[in-house]
Amino acid sequence: MKEFTYVIQDPAGIHARPAGILVKQANTFKSTIRITKADKVGDLKRIFSVMALGAKQGDTVTLHIEGEDEEQAASAIEACLKENF
Amino acid sequence: MKQLQGLGVFPQLTIGPVYVFRPATCDVTAAHITEPENEYARFDTARRQAQAELHQLYQKTLDKNGEESAAIFDIHQLMLDDADFLQSVRDFIYNDTYNAAYAVEKTGEKFAQLFAQMDDDYMKARAADVQDISHRVVRILCGKTDTPDSLQTPSVIVAEDLTPSQIVLFDEKYILGFVTAKGTANSHAAILAHTKGLAAIVSMGPEVLSLVNGQTVILDGEHGTLTVDPDTTTLKKAQQQLQAQQKQQAALQALKGTPDQTKDGRSVLLYANVSTAQELHDALQADARGIGLFRTEFLYLKSATYPTEEELFNVYRDVVQHMQGKLVVFRTLDIGADKTAPYFNLPDEENPALGLRAIRLCLTRPELFKPQLRALLRASAFGKTAIMYPMIASVSEVQQAQNILAQVKQELRQARIAFDENIQTGIMIETPAAALISDELAPLVDFFSIGTNDLTQYTCALDRQNQNLSVFTDTHHPAVLKLIALTAKNAHAAGKWVGICGELAADRTLTKTFLQMGIDELSVSAPFILPLRQAIQQTDLRQAD
Repeated sequence: MKEFTYVIQDPAGIHARPAGILVKQANTFKSTIRITKADKVGDLKRIFSVMALGAKQGDTVTLHIEGEDEEQAASAIEACLKENF
Repeated sequence: MKQLQGLGVFPQLTIGPVYVFRPATCDVTAAHITEPENEYARFDTARRQAQAELHQLYQKTLDKNGEESAAIFDIHQLMLDDADFLQSVRDFIYNDTYNAAYAVEKTGEKFAQLFAQMDDDYMKARAADVQDISHRVVRILCGKTDTPDSLQTPSVIVAEDLTPSQIVLFDEKYILGFVTAKGTANSHAAILAHTKGLAAIVSMGPEVLSLVNGQTVILDGEHGTLTVDPDTTTLKKAQQQLQAQQKQQAALQALKGTPDQTKDGRSVLLYANVSTAQELHDALQADARGIGLFRTEFLYLKSATYPTEEELFNVYRDVVQHMQGKLVVFRTLDIGADKTAPYFNLPDEENPALGLRAIRLCLTRPELFKPQLRALLRASAFGKTAIMYPMIASVSEVQQAQNILAQVKQELRQARIAFDENIQTGIMIETPAAALISDELAPLVDFFSIGTNDLTQYTCALDRQNQNLSVFTDTHHPAVLKLIALTAKNAHAAGKWVGICGELAADRTLTKTFLQMGIDELSVSAPFILPLRQAIQQTDLRQAD
């Protein structure tokens, strides 16, 4: 299991367009990928679930990645977050 | 053969088959089903159909307006694939034995609620997206189509009315003209007809909706008549007219490159009104000598949040560079409660035409106004640019706007960012107040541009969207003409130039009157440029009327 945190930099937070990019990226991996913000848990492969977190600029989100391709998934998701959020 | 009468909004003739566009309406009622598997399969087929529509919309918008605008249809596809969304539909069908349409409608409401309850305005507005996708699936389940996909040959489009989002569904190369059952000279179909130079009739009455696709019609946009299934004689006559029209168009084409000058040598600046890159292209094709009105609302209206300075700058710079040294007058944001995007969070108003709009909104929201001014100033380093403030009614508004502009200029200087130090600024004269105090306003700016549509509406107290008022409307109302004359006189007394950018500018019966008043510039949409050039060249100011 891989785990890391990320602080949202984008002034608009996780809004629809980049959330879509993130969800698409997540769906290319077999691992289960969860994203949590405080007490809220979301499934990174589901757009509604990710948007419902309502993550804003300055919020810390934690990613939990588990599965056979967790290594690749973790680095790809982290890069995707840095690039889009 | 039969003939229908409506209100012609663009004087062109066209002949072709009819295409009746019927946007879907569905009643969703709860019913219980006995075979959930079949019901779910029905849903899944409809869902895949919806995905295909969304994919097409994405591609189409991408080609037309770029990734930013297209992205929303990509998100809609993801939403329709969302496991939670699908599970909810499945539960309603299997556990509650609801029919598919009702299950989708309920699911849409449930997820829309989820967004509507969030404490973030942006996310709240996403509730509309969820409803949009569920309505799409429901519509398909009802067996109705909302996209004019079956439109495969150039046709006369017939509809009850057309919203901007419906208009984008049409492929321009298949539009010969428009006929709407409802609507006024200012509805979207009419405006599109004007910008594209298409034959169009509005306010035709519901009878037109019973036409059958493929029936031949003659659309006469000048007289507002639609002839259905014409007999041979009538058709032949119309074809001859069409040929004459094509000949006249060829004559107009020959005017490209010729001067905008009257017989007695008086020169006029003949500019174009545009809103999009496509219209800019059309305007240059029609040999416009500049852009007298660049409407800047478009980028804001199609965006999900305030466009950034960088996004605005990129567009403005492209426009300015494209014009290769010809003047572009950018009108700053002209938005109000009747023409807005959700993220503006404008309160509903009882009288949006008299409400918090245009310059009033910009002055109360400098965080909105300043990035636009910065972007415009930066673009001015790349070509001849002017800034114009809309909806001015007082001296103080102009002073405030000019002060903000001066601040922004100072910031740019300090940051060593290039802009045109001599950039011209002007105001729209579209309220009777501004016209009456134009002597006091003239010293504050470099030019005036008279917006005759609003000036007429405000002077005559006639709502231009209200179709019941057409009988009261006098487009040549003497009060409006007096205000125009006064504005021109006051501009010239202060040594400033004055133009007209409203629809009246294109009215060839007024060309001589305007030139006699001393109007320096006429700005019209692309299809009117060459006809107006013809009118100018035929005018002789030495001759009495």
